[in-house]
Amino acid sequence: MTHKPKLKLATTSLAGCFGCHMSFLDMDERIVELLEHIEFDRSPFTDIKQLGHCDIGLIEGGVCNAENVHVLRTYRASCRILVAVGACAINGGVPAMRNHFSLQECLEEVYLKSPDMINPHIPNDPELPLLLDKVYPVHEVVKVDYFLPGCPPSADTFYRFLSELIEGKEPQIGKVELRYD
Amino acid sequence: MMTAPEPNLIRIDDREIPFVHGETIMDAALAADVYIPHLCHFPGITPQGNCKLCTVEVDGKPLTACTSPAAAGQQIRNNIPELNEARKVLTQMLFIEGNHICPSCEKTGNCALQAMAYHLGMLHQHFPQQFPEREVDASHPTIMLDRIRCILCSLCVRASQEVDGKNVFAIAGRGIHASLIVNTASGKLVDSDLEPSDLAARICPVGAILIKEHGYDAPIGKRIFDQHKISEIGLEKIYIAGAKSDDS
Amino acid sequence: MTEHLHLLHILHELQQKHRYISEESICEVAAQLSLPVSQVRAVVAFYAFFYSTPCGHYHILFSNCTSCGYRAGGTDLIRMLSQKLSVNIGQTRKDGQLSIHETSCIGMCDHGASLLINGVPLIHLDSEKIEQITDLIEADKPLNEWPLDWFHIKDHIYKRGLLLEGDLPAGDGLRAMLARGREETLTEITQSKLRGRGGAGFSTGLKWHLCQQATGEAHYVVCNADEGEPGTFKDRMLLQQHADALLEGMTICAYVIGAYQGFIYLRGEYRYLLPHLQATLLHRRKLGLLGTAILGQTGFDFDIDIVVGAGAYICGEESALIESLEGKPGIPRSRPPFPVAHGYLGQPTVVNNVETFIAATHIVCNGSEWFTAAGTTESTGSKLLSISGDCAAPGIYEYSFGVTIQQVLEECGADNVQAVQVGGPAGTLLDQTAFHRQIAFEDVGTGGSFMIFNRERDILAIIHQFAAFFAHESCGFCTPCRVGTTLLKQGLNKIIIGQGARNDMAELQRVSELVRRYSHCGLGHTAANPILDGLQHFPQAFEQQLTQYDFTARFELDAALQEARQLTQHDDKGAHLKQEGD
Repeated sequence: MTHKPKLKLATTSLAGCFGCHMSFLDMDERIVELLEHIEFDRSPFTDIKQLGHCDIGLIEGGVCNAENVHVLRTYRASCRILVAVGACAINGGVPAMRNHFSLQECLEEVYLKSPDMINPHIPNDPELPLLLDKVYPVHEVVKVDYFLPGCPPSADTFYRFLSELIEGKEPQIGKVELRYD
Repeated sequence: MMTAPEPNLIRIDDREIPFVHGETIMDAALAADVYIPHLCHFPGITPQGNCKLCTVEVDGKPLTACTSPAAAGQQIRNNIPELNEARKVLTQMLFIEGNHICPSCEKTGNCALQAMAYHLGMLHQHFPQQFPEREVDASHPTIMLDRIRCILCSLCVRASQEVDGKNVFAIAGRGIHASLIVNTASGKLVDSDLEPSDLAARICPVGAILIKEHGYDAPIGKRIFDQHKISEIGLEKIYIAGAKSDDS
Repeated sequence: MTEHLHLLHILHELQQKHRYISEESICEVAAQLSLPVSQVRAVVAFYAFFYSTPCGHYHILFSNCTSCGYRAGGTDLIRMLSQKLSVNIGQTRKDGQLSIHETSCIGMCDHGASLLINGVPLIHLDSEKIEQITDLIEADKPLNEWPLDWFHIKDHIYKRGLLLEGDLPAGDGLRAMLARGREETLTEITQSKLRGRGGAGFSTGLKWHLCQQATGEAHYVVCNADEGEPGTFKDRMLLQQHADALLEGMTICAYVIGAYQGFIYLRGEYRYLLPHLQATLLHRRKLGLLGTAILGQTGFDFDIDIVVGAGAYICGEESALIESLEGKPGIPRSRPPFPVAHGYLGQPTVVNNVETFIAATHIVCNGSEWFTAAGTTESTGSKLLSISGDCAAPGIYEYSFGVTIQQVLEECGADNVQAVQVGGPAGTLLDQTAFHRQIAFEDVGTGGSFMIFNRERDILAIIHQFAAFFAHESCGFCTPCRVGTTLLKQGLNKIIIGQGARNDMAELQRVSELVRRYSHCGLGHTAANPILDGLQHFPQAFEQQLTQYDFTARFELDAALQEARQLTQHDDKGAHLKQEGD
């Protein structure tokens, strides 16, 4: 096993809460075992800033702004296998609840109508990524190879999925346990 | 015409199943403990066949099991990959047509649409989310109507008319703009005679009609579909009771 | 009789009077007719000609059909008029003066681009006429002061056959029937092998027989004059010129099945024919051809009401039509039971097309052999074709069944033909390799629509127009049609605007097959036909629009940033997204 090159794994969170990443860590000591076969690239778990060529990219969160689009495209271009992880990546999730309202309504509610606002205005610093009109699922922007549902997907789900990829098998997601919450 | 109804036989997949004259394929299947996936059917209520999940192949022809009369000698295919794939796609259509964000829905764990998607192995919704805008009606003191989750199965419409002896709901509009309406001058639920004990208030397979103040009563692990698969026959009683779920 | 009390008619009156139907009106009508408020509300929401917000004083509905639509002449006339009159399409101008909307085919396909203004058809539109309309509206001229010839609907009949050649004096059919007797008449119809002219081709004799045999409190005869299939207008001509033969056919049917009441369900787009039809009914009552003791025959009582629809293609489906007759949204019923046993008000009902009843009258007069002498073995008699699109002489052509597409094309003066849509969007899209095929139930069936597209036409745009039509007309009852037709429209749109990827074609095929196989009724079963035919016969029309990518985003990324750009007033390069793929 040790002779086999390690799979490179990158992760990111777009419009998500990092809950999926937390759940990933819930696999506890199994991570040590996993690290014998997997090497992290760019990810909140590492401090690597530059995304290299990867075997697997795990995307948490939906697509809510222009920066998300750029990051997502970079991951798609760099990762052989791209995985939408969790409810938000798969259908927009909780952030997509803003889709009931126009962007203007959302921003006005938060930045103009909130109580105790000093100098209320809609933020327009050029550093801030522009928001999309709606929060979109990842697969509506780039091609996605696998979907790991759940809010979050359980640590077991992550572990099983990655183990199967390591073993070179077709992942059998949802055959054992499937849930969206 | 005058002879007494005689039991006859139909074949569903590899099983011979008896039926009584007048029964539908669904009736006969349920009575024989054979599961045909369905969302808009509920035993005892006039079937309508709108969700199309119960489509089976009867002598090669696609028919909804809930509305098609059983007839002697029918060769029916039900639990086969082609049909289950189509059912999954139909379920995906129901998901993207409304807003089904399970983590934020009180019905999660008790939702038949969600359980159906589990049953069919749906990993994602596939189609572009439509993100429709539909009105929420929170006017009623004890019942909530969130149309964005309605799958237009019309079970509440039929339950209200046929079982509750009321006529609280209807479906209006057409095509993708069809929506559930309330039969009051104001169009609001508060002005209707709907009560939480009505079947119409409890039969909703999704989180469109909810009894207020009972959300998340049952903890994860104790919810209906934590403990049951939707393919179990005869879940209806648990389902109706489960909607109130104030013990467990 | 019950005419004025019909829900659709009351709502029509209200719509005319107030230009919309208010919530208050809905409650009043519900009380007046002792109906649930929800039923009235559902009906208002279902039919396209009822509005819940006020329309303009001039309410204009442009047909969006490929033959009589606002682009039929090449120019986008709806955009032109809306710009000239400063009103957004689909909205009412602030001063309430006018509103401009699109509507499905209005059956004026032999008259070029057409519209309905306050319900009345106005034909032969061109840029010049749009200018004049603009002036008339801005000058607030009442419609009766507009040029009369704009509203004069002529019928172009270029070829007459069995039905259109002879002229039957009113009452001849009934006399022939009484001479034959009830059972002999039915036998004659059955032996003629007449099949339904609406397109489905069910045996008329068998339908009448089944209805006659069905037990019920009453039997009904219904004429389906809801000619909504885009490209069809032959019933418009028949209702105008052969109303007597139609009413006679219905009366014959009534006698055979034992009905005392009949209905003509007339599509709302043909409301302008109502006075003529009512006058014909009145005339026949005076002649003793309708009413009690018809032709002096005691017990032969029958009369006919007209119910006018309100903009819903689905009501051409017979069980949806019956629902509409009953004052409900036009949602097709589950079958069985079939209308012959369980139709209007749950009673045995025959629903036949206008042309079918007229053919029946002729068969009773001339005998079944006269009829079977024409046509093919499977498809006896003749078929009226409504020919439109790219040909020298659009109009009505009556052919014996079995005529080839090629012959039809030659006789109507069509050349440089790329494709023919036979049977309307719900029918078959044929390329030139199929022009040797025959018009017949056993080959290329049709309810009468025959639309010709020459090589100048953009086939993909036409298919998209058809897809939009079905998405608009889907009743919403079942999942595959309700959601699928919208997904198909969106999927085609993505390709048309040049953002489609290879997988989008496969996706269209997959969804189309699902919609076709799993839908509840004929609308859904046929809604994907243009796409499936298009993918099969005109794949290059799709392929040439595709991007180089295997996958592209499902929505327009840069457009999704538009609102944020406005709100933040950023519009530099960084404030835009490119629609690349992967």
